[in-house]
Amino acid sequence: MIPEALAGRRIAVTGSTGFLGTALIERLLRSAPECDLVLIVRPGRRGAIRRVERDILRNDAFDGLREHLGADGFAEMAARRITAVAGDVTIDGLGLDDHGRNALASCDIVIHSAAAVSFDSPLDQAVEVNLLGPVRIVETLSELGVAPHLVAVSTCYVAGSRRGSAPEQPVDDSPFFVDVDWRTEVDAARRIRRETETASRTPSALADFRSQARAELGAAGIPSLADKTEQLRSRWVDDRMAEAGVARASSLGFPDAYAYTKALGEIATAEVAGNVPVSVVRPAIIESALAEPSPGWIRGFRMAEPVIISYARGLLKEFPGVPEGTIDVIPVDLVVAAICAIAARGPLGPDDGPDIVQVASGAVNPLRYGKLVDLVREWFTEHPIYDELGQPIPVPEWSFPGRGRVKKQLERAGVMLDRAQKIFGVLPVRGRQAEIGARLEEQRELVRRAEGYVDLYGAYAECEALYELDRLLALWDSLSEEDQATFCFDPRIIDWDFYAPEVHLPSVVKAGRVPMKPPARGGESREARLRRQVLADDRHLAAFDLENTLIASNVVASYAWLGSRHLSGRDRVRFVAGLVAEAPALLSLDRKDRSDFLRYFYRRYEGAPVEQITHDSLEKFSEMILAKSFPTAIRRVREHRSLGHHTVLITGALDFVVEPFRPLFDHIVSAQLGVADGTYDGRLTAVPPTGEARYQALIDHADKHDLDLRESVAYADSASDLPMLEAVGFPVAVNPETRLAGIARKRGWLVEDFRKSPGMHRNLLPLAPTIHSGTSR
Amino acid sequence: MTGNLAPRPGFILDVDRSSPPIVFHHGEGFRLEKLPAGRSRVIYPAEPLEGLPDPDSAIRQALLNPLGDSKPLPALLKPGMKLTIAFDDISLPLPPMRRPDIRQRVIEEVLDLAAAAGVDDVHLIAALAIHRRMTEDELRHAVGDRVYDAFAPDGRLYNHDAEDPDGMILLGETPHGEEVQFSRRAAESDLVVYVNINLVSMDGGHKSTATGLSGYTGLRHHHNVHTMQRSRSFMDQENSALHASNWRMGKIIRDAGVKIFQIETTVNNNTFGREGPLALLQKREWEWSTRDRLQFLGMKHGLDAMPTKAKRKIFSSWQAPYALTSVQAGEVEAVHEVTTANVYKQHLVPVEGQTDVLTMGLPYICPYNVNSIMNPILVMCLGLGYFFNLYKGKPLVREGGVLIMSHPTPWEFHPVHHPSYIDFFEQVLADTTDPVEIEKKYEKQFAEDEWYIHLYRNSYAYHGVHPFYMWYWGSHALQHLGRVIVVGGDPAAVRRLGFTPASTLQDALEIASDVVGPQPTVTHIKNPPILMADVT
Repeated sequence: MIPEALAGRRIAVTGSTGFLGTALIERLLRSAPECDLVLIVRPGRRGAIRRVERDILRNDAFDGLREHLGADGFAEMAARRITAVAGDVTIDGLGLDDHGRNALASCDIVIHSAAAVSFDSPLDQAVEVNLLGPVRIVETLSELGVAPHLVAVSTCYVAGSRRGSAPEQPVDDSPFFVDVDWRTEVDAARRIRRETETASRTPSALADFRSQARAELGAAGIPSLADKTEQLRSRWVDDRMAEAGVARASSLGFPDAYAYTKALGEIATAEVAGNVPVSVVRPAIIESALAEPSPGWIRGFRMAEPVIISYARGLLKEFPGVPEGTIDVIPVDLVVAAICAIAARGPLGPDDGPDIVQVASGAVNPLRYGKLVDLVREWFTEHPIYDELGQPIPVPEWSFPGRGRVKKQLERAGVMLDRAQKIFGVLPVRGRQAEIGARLEEQRELVRRAEGYVDLYGAYAECEALYELDRLLALWDSLSEEDQATFCFDPRIIDWDFYAPEVHLPSVVKAGRVPMKPPARGGESREARLRRQVLADDRHLAAFDLENTLIASNVVASYAWLGSRHLSGRDRVRFVAGLVAEAPALLSLDRKDRSDFLRYFYRRYEGAPVEQITHDSLEKFSEMILAKSFPTAIRRVREHRSLGHHTVLITGALDFVVEPFRPLFDHIVSAQLGVADGTYDGRLTAVPPTGEARYQALIDHADKHDLDLRESVAYADSASDLPMLEAVGFPVAVNPETRLAGIARKRGWLVEDFRKSPGMHRNLLPLAPTIHSGTSR
Repeated sequence: MTGNLAPRPGFILDVDRSSPPIVFHHGEGFRLEKLPAGRSRVIYPAEPLEGLPDPDSAIRQALLNPLGDSKPLPALLKPGMKLTIAFDDISLPLPPMRRPDIRQRVIEEVLDLAAAAGVDDVHLIAALAIHRRMTEDELRHAVGDRVYDAFAPDGRLYNHDAEDPDGMILLGETPHGEEVQFSRRAAESDLVVYVNINLVSMDGGHKSTATGLSGYTGLRHHHNVHTMQRSRSFMDQENSALHASNWRMGKIIRDAGVKIFQIETTVNNNTFGREGPLALLQKREWEWSTRDRLQFLGMKHGLDAMPTKAKRKIFSSWQAPYALTSVQAGEVEAVHEVTTANVYKQHLVPVEGQTDVLTMGLPYICPYNVNSIMNPILVMCLGLGYFFNLYKGKPLVREGGVLIMSHPTPWEFHPVHHPSYIDFFEQVLADTTDPVEIEKKYEKQFAEDEWYIHLYRNSYAYHGVHPFYMWYWGSHALQHLGRVIVVGGDPAAVRRLGFTPASTLQDALEIASDVVGPQPTVTHIKNPPILMADVT
């Protein structure tokens, strides 16, 4: 009897925060009530104990158990039976402290389920976790002088991409195994990481990343650009490492780096095991629970789910695969039960053959790929996903083309979208139109993801290997009836016609949070909800940019107006011609660095009489600024004020230009020119508030008045305002240009479309009207 | 019309099958509408009265021969005295008149007399109450370049500022508890000369100063729903609570020792000229020549094809060739009695009996959108406020009847002139259109809003409370009418006003029959040029 066999045992578990691990912990707590658990988790910032509470015990897998025991009873049981230990399988010695080592040393059984399951993990990361993880466990156990039963979770796919039968035998016993030395592979992976890192740091590569960052963010200021550049560099390295993983895996006949590293991991573990007895459990594709802890239970968005959702969204018009092929899916609870049974059984004797069990379905109860696609299509035809406009998305019909054709289709779509995006990127569009650009970007991202799926999962859909289950079925037959009832792992009981539509797909769409209903009429839209949050009572501060956020104007227009006010006739023409001729140079400078642009541009105020400018500014405020203002934006400022929020205007415009806005704001941060002898000297008295200087000004102001930026709102229109937007808890993109529109869409920020009052005349050039000849000013 | 024939009085046309289609004003454009034969009538305004042959000497004579118990103006002017000349703002006359503006003529006469008497301390104030400030160009147009250049640069010609904490004082309270708020400069002057243009019968009298030189504190006592619903109509002095309140305040001003020399003028109905592109708007349709017809069709098609902004520009450049028909000066009440009689002489048209459905074509201009945009709130105010109230006796339309007005009613606002209107439209009217509720719930908040006050004082914005007054202006009509239908308006804007949109007059009449029953009587008030119905 399994519960009895496990009674009084201490079981260490790695990977307990994962999908399989969580289900395993739940099952052990529930169905083997007298065992104790030592959970080795990466401590994170909060520490191992908190992590176990938050990331494991709060999962809905434990709902049933908690209900059964009551909240207090559950907590008491968990505290009594679970020991949380901080550890990490990617560190030699597992990173255990004395407490952890003692805890591990006291265990009778170690279940190793930690893995880098992502099919596109960087090569070295997969090597560290999947290959060296079990090796380190064995080594640590040997160091501690203990030899508990190690149950190592691997995967069926260690058999590699092949057709036909794959028995439950050691990897290197297979005639198809290409003999490589795992130590050499480890060294190579680490070396590739170092080389890729080096390659990413060459001046030309760094310059590339920098220009990419600039293309994405614009003149966002040096710190923002630096941050983005480093992000791009490290992503580039990871991408290269993932490519290296796929390349090395397929060169050895594996579908991906996951299978490849797991295979070498099995070999390595066997080699270093010494007197630690090792049982290997090889599940196929683990999917949502058939029955326990509850039907359809799933944790995280896993392997097949993104593909299924992308299909239902109409994104994957085609997917490669052989309709007759077997998709070897196994519900998680069956895997858990098999692991429990093996742990209870203990290690096999030396004469019992290899201690390897495959947990799969294909050999005895195959789910054909063609059938799965039919089931999925039927289900989504009946339960369609809804698009943004509340329209059901029709699901495409797959014709099972080869992988090459699908890839080519996607590549073509990608190239088209790239072009459209590029064209859009250089168009001077804002607001609604820029949203189109953002949508293009999103489409491009989806196609990129689809390409990734085809690359990664295509191999699985095309896989025609059959994983033999002799040992699994033998183990099953050896169980008592009670154990069979409690720890069911017989894949023959799965009814695919029931499991797919009734259990798995509902849980997939739930986990994927996809809209399965048209948006309710009269219900609060996403925008209304975000707007309500932005205008909630407990916000502290609302910061506003000026240009294109409150008014449709800019510093050049202000200058043109003020400069032309006292000119007439030929002088006026000359003034205009000069400004127009300079426009391209000014624009390009502005794109490069806003502060430099402002410094350069404001020089031309040199010699302007302060008194006249002050007087003219008030007129300009009415004739130009208010006329070009966004009434809704100004109302928004006033709404914030009336709610008691602190309002701040942060702008690179000059102080005299924005002075008339004073009554709207508690505080104005603007650029200031020096004054000498009643005229402006054309030099800024301080760094103009742009990019990160804006962010700094915001932080300083918040600190000074003891305001919490996480409870604050910022409104801006351009990616160069990112530092300011990112500094607050509630960023709002106002009439965003394409780049910011993309960012706002991705991050789910509120996007406001503030417009000028309709019906106002539009001046081609922002010049002051000629003053009446009679004036004596 | 030829000059030697006497101008014809107003006229009522009973529409039959042979009646030509009627021109309806429709914002910056026109509509030609067939009214149902046999049950419709059209009220035409009187033709323009002859102007005074020599306006300048008429003005001088008025100043020298004042009415009531006032001495002639020269006798009131002393060296060393403080003189304030207040004048009507941009809201009068409509449309603005050709140069020289009457105000310029009168002010120049007054200034000549003041200079002759050795008066140095002279201020000129545009008595705009809580209207927007006048721009330099607008002030120049009203007072003339000579006066402007002499007084504006050193700050002796300026716009009234009702929110200047140091510039306003309380003169007292009426027996009804109404506070009388007044310009400090005017109150502290030895003499206030008020220069008025009396376009309609509501203007002038004590209202010139009691309203024009006041502010929110004073205005709220009569610019409210209670008063407006009891002014039937506010154009008829004998039945206007608004008038009564202003007269009570005028007495307080007088009792506080403020000496006012009132100069009132009237103009004729020559709004669109006897010649020129708009002249046929002053002609009766059945008298149109073939040339008139072709000209009208050409103009209409041209306008229909033009973008609104271009049309707005063309129309706002129109200046009326108004002629001065009378000028009287002296003691306020005595002067105003004569003025009112002169206004009535031009405007009153006797009408027998009320109608089920009243139709009107709203023009491009009202008192609050000169050089600006006629926003939906102003459409409501012009139709339900001004035009509806152009009656003596009984409203033209029976109680529970329907008002159909024609105007494009675009969802457009002037962001400089009407900032509080935008918020009123998008916030207040989205909540309720009931004047009583609006007054109770929102008025104070808008009136005391520091941003609106800032814009009123430093920019060119109507005061924050002004859109409320526009709405109150129509409250008597809202109470009286069964339904309001707007033909050819922006449906969203019309619905926001609480009215029913219709695309054609036929549709509107169809909709109206739901309220007033089938085959209703229809009356069209053909205004402007201005007419006032004397309904018996």
